[in-house]
Amino acid sequence: MADRAAAAPPPGPIVGARLMPGGGRRGKALRLFLFRSAGGLGLVLVLAAVLGATFAPVLTPYDAITLNPPSRLQGPSAEHWLGTDQLGRDTFTRILYGGRVSLAVAGAAVAFALLVGGALGVVAGYYRGWLDSVIMRFTDVLLSFPAVLLAIALIAFLGAGFTNLVLAIGIVYVGPFARVARAAVLTVREELFVEASRALGARDPRIVWLAVLPSAAGPLIVEVTLRLAYAILAEASLSFLGLGTQPPTPSWGMMVAEGRRFLALAPWATVAPGLAIMLIVLGFNLLGDGLRDALDPRLKTR
Amino acid sequence: MFVFLGRRILLTLPALFGVALVVFLLMRAIPGDVVSQLVGPEQEISPERMEELRRIFGLDLPIHVQFGRWLSAALQGDLGTSLRTGRSISGDLALRFPATLQLALMSLAIALAMAVPIGIVAALNRGRWPDYLGSAFVLVGLSVPSFFLGILLILLFSLRLGWLPPAGFVPFLEDPLESTRRMLLPSLSLGLILAAATTRIMRSAMLEILSRDFVRTARAKGLSERKVTLDHALRNALIPVITVVGLQFGSLLGGTVIIEQVFSIPGVGRFALEGINLRDYPVVQGAVLVIAGAFVFVNLVVDILYAFIDPRVRYG
Repeated sequence: MADRAAAAPPPGPIVGARLMPGGGRRGKALRLFLFRSAGGLGLVLVLAAVLGATFAPVLTPYDAITLNPPSRLQGPSAEHWLGTDQLGRDTFTRILYGGRVSLAVAGAAVAFALLVGGALGVVAGYYRGWLDSVIMRFTDVLLSFPAVLLAIALIAFLGAGFTNLVLAIGIVYVGPFARVARAAVLTVREELFVEASRALGARDPRIVWLAVLPSAAGPLIVEVTLRLAYAILAEASLSFLGLGTQPPTPSWGMMVAEGRRFLALAPWATVAPGLAIMLIVLGFNLLGDGLRDALDPRLKTR
Repeated sequence: MFVFLGRRILLTLPALFGVALVVFLLMRAIPGDVVSQLVGPEQEISPERMEELRRIFGLDLPIHVQFGRWLSAALQGDLGTSLRTGRSISGDLALRFPATLQLALMSLAIALAMAVPIGIVAALNRGRWPDYLGSAFVLVGLSVPSFFLGILLILLFSLRLGWLPPAGFVPFLEDPLESTRRMLLPSLSLGLILAAATTRIMRSAMLEILSRDFVRTARAKGLSERKVTLDHALRNALIPVITVVGLQFGSLLGGTVIIEQVFSIPGVGRFALEGINLRDYPVVQGAVLVIAGAFVFVNLVVDILYAFIDPRVRYG
């Protein structure tokens, strides 16, 4: 979803100087993104994770849940590339299937945060006034909590489960999305092309959709990518604490917690899922940084 | 200055009120209510007794009255009693707080001790190998989950090398040296991650300052490169770093919950997790309130510090 939007920024009719027709600047941005930054590497890591999770049943002959006690805590071998866990399940298989959970939770949570936070931010920035004040005070309160703590607290009171996990992580990131969207809207709402649409008699929803949103898309895409990295870390942390994904469904954070008890005996059962989390988060971080540099060269981190 | 201080402290009050409101409302998010959770479905209990229990907990009152009572008690330092042990929650929190504070401060010290020199060296060698090495450190640090880093440190320093114990806690006042030794791995787990975020800001702030006119002037009048970097540039580059460290302190406080679990440290975070596992909701509520309150307080301190260092802020 985010990838498609990133590859082809919407060439709307009224987007001002940001995206010139003809694609000269877009071509340059794409090249800059793929070759001049580490964004290309990030894209590869993210794609590898998405493909691995999607085609898990094809990539491995094993099942992620069925127990197989005779082959427990085996080291890496030709049959079990990353060894087996304390219940004899193939670690590589569980990492592939665990990726499904991590990506699904992170994706749904960020989508929730984008929709709710983005909408709040656009409304606040477009209408200003008391609505703006109320919405921003609300996000201030959300941002007054350490992120992981708020998610833990929400889970503690809502209870575990996929939906609650998505909600808990999603609510935490509503604040940041609202701020990014509001800031982006504030920079364009006084532009001439917005005033022109209004003069032509366009209604607010149309103006927001056609003139304001395309300009806010760049910062929001970058925010989505970086928040996906955080959301995966959050899901892993909650699952590590036993508050996230519940057994027997595999999840990377839970695998690290389970493997930990056999750390001296079978370090692979802990290290492999831990590295998986690290690589996918690294992928989203690189992708986000690359996109930011490509979409807004002024902000290029020196 | 006093006007600024007063205004800034007043601005904190709505945030604190909001935090308290959210923490209070969390209690209402429980499926059923505290009494039904406390009693559990397996116990036989008469509806009259349930009503009586609800009255004891004040659940029969209108919600704003409940919030008012809870808030005024909390302001007086009374966070209620644990549903399981019957002990005062504020008392238990006070016992647990020093461990969390020690963990947070040691992590912060490690982060600054690493981030400032690495950031400076990276900025001075922009585009050369020390810079790339610094960037790699930043990226890995921002991507590794704290609990995984902690476990890797245990694997290396406790299981393989046997230098440090894998878990356990000694109060600082009892034996400062042993306490610091045992807290080393936990604070490294959080400190390295905080260092990554800080290094990134340190580097870009340093680059920004080094391109300013006054740095050129300092060089032109013949000051040594060392004096220019450390005296003129560093002092100015630290200003944005302080802000970011302040903001990152929140994630540090959240991180203590996880790291305390990894290393069995009896701090506020572990107290909250124990409360979660026992469905001891008032305990969780109290612990969350204390950590979030600490975060708001740290932000206040950072803003005030900022105004002391940079006089422009006061008049902004």
